[in-house]
Amino acid sequence: MTKVAVLQFPGSNCDLDTLYVLRNIIKLDAELVWHREFKADVYDAVVLPGGFSYGDALRAGVIAAYSPAMKHVKEMAREGKPVLGICNGFQILVEAGILPGALIRNDSLTFICKWVHLRLESNRTVFTWKGRVGQVLAMPIAHNEGKYFNDEKGLKELYENEQIVFKYSNIRGEVTPEANPNGSLDNIAGICNVEGNVLGLMPHPERAAEAILSPQGTEDGRLIFEAMAEFLKGERGCRFSAELK
Amino acid sequence: MGVYVLEVIVENKPAAKDPEGETIMKELMHRNGFETVKKVRTGKYLRIEVEAESKEKARELVFRMCNDLRIFNPVIHICSIREADR
Repeated sequence: MTKVAVLQFPGSNCDLDTLYVLRNIIKLDAELVWHREFKADVYDAVVLPGGFSYGDALRAGVIAAYSPAMKHVKEMAREGKPVLGICNGFQILVEAGILPGALIRNDSLTFICKWVHLRLESNRTVFTWKGRVGQVLAMPIAHNEGKYFNDEKGLKELYENEQIVFKYSNIRGEVTPEANPNGSLDNIAGICNVEGNVLGLMPHPERAAEAILSPQGTEDGRLIFEAMAEFLKGERGCRFSAELK
Repeated sequence: MGVYVLEVIVENKPAAKDPEGETIMKELMHRNGFETVKKVRTGKYLRIEVEAESKEKARELVFRMCNDLRIFNPVIHICSIREADR
C-alpha cells in the first residue's frame, strides 16, 4: 500500500482538509507528518498544504523552505515521486527553488477568498494526466500573496517546457484579464517542474473535492488527487508513469 | 528645483516586541547555521523621491509629512529619515 504524507509546519491550516480528502474521498493511506519527523523514504508522495507557515514572516513560505524537511521533499521530487504544493505549499516550493518564479502580493493588496475557474493547460503531469487540455475546473482561492511572477526568460522556459498547468479563466475557459484575480503573469495559477511530478497551485483542490462544498455542486478538485492516486497504484492509462520509469 | 531621494525607515521601539524579527532570527538564521546573529528587527522602508529647492528643504518636507500623515505611529515606532544615493 502506498503512503502519502501531509506535511505540517507551524501555521499550516489546510492540513486536516487535505488529509480528509485523501483518506475519505480518494481512499488513500495518508497521514499528517510534523516537519521535524518527515523522512523521504517512508512516503510515496507528499502534499504541502495551505496555511501561513511561520506566520509568513519575512516572505510567505521562505522559512519553511529552509527547514530540514524540505531536503527530503527535494529528494522525493528528484526520485520522481508526486509532490503537490497547495497555496502556501506552492509558495514553499517556489521559495525552496523546487519550482521556478515568485509569488508576490496580489495586485489588489487584499486577501482574496473566492471561487474561480481554471483552464487546464497541461495534462502531462502526475496530477493532471486524467484531464483534458482546455477543460475548465472550479476551485476556490484564498490568498494574499498569489500573484505569480517570473522574468521574461523564466516565462519563456515555462512555455517551452510545458510547465504551465493551470491558468485563471472564465467559465468558458477563456483566459482573460478579467478572469485574473490577483495580477498573475499570463493568468498563471499553477505550474509543474520539467519532469511533471511536482505541481504547485494557488487554488485549493481539497476545498473543491465534494459537491456539497461547491456553490455549483462541482467536485473538480478530485481530478488532481485521483490522478495522483492512480499514478501511485501504477494503473494503466497513465502515460506519464511510463515516461518516468 | 531638483529631485532628492530620501529613505524613511519605520521600526518598532526597542521596548515593543517584534515577533516577525524573532521568528526570522530563530527559525531561519539560527536553525541554518547562523547562530551568531543576536538580534533581528523588522520594519518598513519607504524610498521617497521629492522635488525641492535644496537637500535641506526636501528633508524638511519629508519630516513634516511623516508626522502629519502619521507615516509612523509615535506610540510604538521610531522613524528615521536619511538621504539616499540616487
